[in-house]
Amino acid sequence: MSETRNIAVTVNGKRYERSVDVRLTLADFLRGPLGLTGTHLGCEHGVCGACTILVDGQSARSCLMLAVQANGHEIATVEGLAPSAERLHPLQEAFRDNHGLQCGFCTPGMLMTLVEFLRDHPNPTEGEVRVAISGNLCRCTGYQGIVAAALDAAGRMRKGG
Amino acid sequence: MGFVGRSVTRLEDAPMLTGRGRYAADVSFSRELHMRVVRSSHAHARIVAIDAGAARELPGCVAVWTSEDVAEIPPIDFRSTRVQGLEPHRQPVLARDRVRYVGEPVAVVFAEDPYLAEDAADLVTMEVEELPVVLSADRGTEAAVIRKGYGDIEAAFRAAHTVVDLDLSIGRHSGVPLETRGAIARYDAMRDALELHGATKRPHANRDLLARMLAREPGSIHLYEGHVGGGFGVRGEIYPEDVLVCAAALRLGRPVKWIEDRRENLMACNHSREQRHRVRAAVDAQGRILGIDDEFFHDQGAYVRTHGARVADLTAGMLPGPYRVPTYRAVGHYRLTNKTPAATYRAPGRYEATFVCERLLDAIAAKTGIDRVEVRRRNLIAKTEMPYARDLDVIDTEVVLDSGDYAGLLDQALARADWAVLQSELEQRRAAGEAVGVGLAFFLEKSGLGPVDVARVSMAADGTFDVVTGAASLGQGVETVLAQIAADALGVDYRRVRVAHGCTDRIEQGYGSHASRTTVMTGSAVHIAATKLRENMQPGCSAQGSFESEHMTYPYGVHIAVVNVDRDTGGVAVERYLAAFDVGRAVNPRLVEGQIEGGVVQGLGGALLEEFVYDAEGSPLSVTFADYAMPTACEAPGIAVLLTEDAPSPLNPLGIKGAGEGGVNPVGAVIASAIDDALGVAGAVTRLPVTPPRLVEIMRAERR
Ligand code: FES
Ligand code: FES
Repeated sequence: MSETRNIAVTVNGKRYERSVDVRLTLADFLRGPLGLTGTHLGCEHGVCGACTILVDGQSARSCLMLAVQANGHEIATVEGLAPSAERLHPLQEAFRDNHGLQCGFCTPGMLMTLVEFLRDHPNPTEGEVRVAISGNLCRCTGYQGIVAAALDAAGRMRKGG
Repeated sequence: MGFVGRSVTRLEDAPMLTGRGRYAADVSFSRELHMRVVRSSHAHARIVAIDAGAARELPGCVAVWTSEDVAEIPPIDFRSTRVQGLEPHRQPVLARDRVRYVGEPVAVVFAEDPYLAEDAADLVTMEVEELPVVLSADRGTEAAVIRKGYGDIEAAFRAAHTVVDLDLSIGRHSGVPLETRGAIARYDAMRDALELHGATKRPHANRDLLARMLAREPGSIHLYEGHVGGGFGVRGEIYPEDVLVCAAALRLGRPVKWIEDRRENLMACNHSREQRHRVRAAVDAQGRILGIDDEFFHDQGAYVRTHGARVADLTAGMLPGPYRVPTYRAVGHYRLTNKTPAATYRAPGRYEATFVCERLLDAIAAKTGIDRVEVRRRNLIAKTEMPYARDLDVIDTEVVLDSGDYAGLLDQALARADWAVLQSELEQRRAAGEAVGVGLAFFLEKSGLGPVDVARVSMAADGTFDVVTGAASLGQGVETVLAQIAADALGVDYRRVRVAHGCTDRIEQGYGSHASRTTVMTGSAVHIAATKLRENMQPGCSAQGSFESEHMTYPYGVHIAVVNVDRDTGGVAVERYLAAFDVGRAVNPRLVEGQIEGGVVQGLGGALLEEFVYDAEGSPLSVTFADYAMPTACEAPGIAVLLTEDAPSPLNPLGIKGAGEGGVNPVGAVIASAIDDALGVAGAVTRLPVTPPRLVEIMRAERR
């Protein structure tokens, strides 16, 4: 039987202490014990980007991390993106307004990848946006709406969103 | 001002944007067991023994089943097919005696958590005797022959001024939604109700099929659709796993959850498209088609799944496309091989047929010396000939092209692409040494498959409205579009309309979402129901609408693409892309554009990148996203969509034609044409996908 460890992680500003199997992936930890199912699993081998989260502000693939590796770290997931229950983040608004999602399965990973990217590149070109999301697969949109949403969001966020 | 025709934002977006979606893997019930499938690692073998002893002993493993444990469950049946003789090739839910492809389910384990289920599955071992493997439809057991045609084809070829013949192949690829499959079943003894969650596409038909297989009353099975991470034809079929979770929930008395992993998905979920065509066309001195004669070989894989021979049927039925083809003959060899079973993928049969038809048109142009646009113009069916009945049937309906101004759309697309200027620009770049070219492909789509659909609209006490349909939603925006249609008929805001779909216990009849039918069929039923309700619009009142249609409606379009070929690596960059499409009437133009954009990029995958490759023993080599390469944002071009509404369908009250498949349909054809143009070699591309190694080979052969 698999060993367990006690870990403490902060997710979207909230601290959790749990005992976990050492082999439990961070994605399964978020989705299972914490019930944060907004982080999706599209491949579980690091290619599709659907499971992208931020670990201490840096994007990471939660399918490739173990929960124990998150011990002591700060994690941000899509559930924590909107400033309040009534308001969306400007990036979320831009996705809605530019038809940046169809089935929505890639959306959490796209959003988390792009929040980091737009934070570091507030005024990107279309080409830069395409490169930034080239590690996130979308099978529905052809990326048109997503690229448009990212550029639109950059504008909104520069204006103070 | 109405909502139909406006690009309003979607009703379904909020939960998806905030991480509150409910996809299959998000559905959980207390005390649930986790199912893991043990799959064959042999492409063809006789099963000598399966040893599940060690797995059964693993703590946390509750049960292990092999075929003996499910002996009473019949093989998975067809939903509908007129083709006879396919029954022996249906797939059992667990392999009996023989395995016929790598990935075939041979056993299932049920355990307390998904990690333990994998541990237990790893302990199941199998002893086999290997059998010879067939990996090409050039050989393979012939399960059926599809024959279609009309007119005296031999006479057409005798009278021909010119004959072109081609040998063309389309690679094996598929829908590959970003969400893998999932199925969660639970049995409620109090209601004697079996619930299946994670359902989609054809909930009612699938319920009936499950009822037959499990020997239950259809009314005691309920299918529920949550959010669906893309369908594209492959998801929402009845697969072995769907039946197994249901049987297990009944027998083990606990909810049972199965979530597919990606490796399984790439070798167990339906593949599609693989065909080889030997085709010839007879033409007169003016480049007019006198006849098309096609013999094709359809690689079905190891079993016939729920669609029967539908893809081969569609290929043969749609191949003449938008052209006047006075005589026609198609013979499709529907053959079994030791590969993953195949079925429909978005624009099934048409991606293949358009590739073949448009390669023919390009070949006719090259051989007769007539410009490729002019050749198409001479052969396109004229607006004045509509409705145009063809002496053909496709999926059991007669082909009657309902409306269209094909030449008109061709002109608009050429104008939008600035065709003449584009030609001279490309010529200059080629003169400067670049391998750039433009491709053009016209195509015919079909949509709005009947025979009927129903909807119920009711007014709630708070003045909002409920629309209950038997449609399914695969992420394409069904709720918004149906709400827009209902809102206009009711004279209210679309945001006051709630749309239910995908649940068999909300409405007794339903036809799901497939074949680009939802906006046409369900939309029309909603329009009729809402129009009725408006006559007596009071809280508590409801009205039912039903819409019937014997014939399909046929949208059409033309795509133009500019590509740049890297002569050293064989890489192809798509520089520009124009998709022109007439949908009769667009309920939500932005959503239609989204359908087209997504379809185009999927089509580019099949044209340039995606292929399920097997080694000589029949082991699949494309079992991760690193090996099965789908387009990323860097391979996807900017796409301009020219959406026209010049030919509304006379077959439904709103004039709608379905828009789900016009993005993907001609992409293989247009890319092949563009690469030919870039290389300056007519007919250079005969096989999809045009991967870099294949293109390097084409260029090398050209230099020899
Ligand atoms: S699920 Fe993590 S990258 Fe695909
Ligand atoms: S919206 Fe479906 S995968 Fe991106």
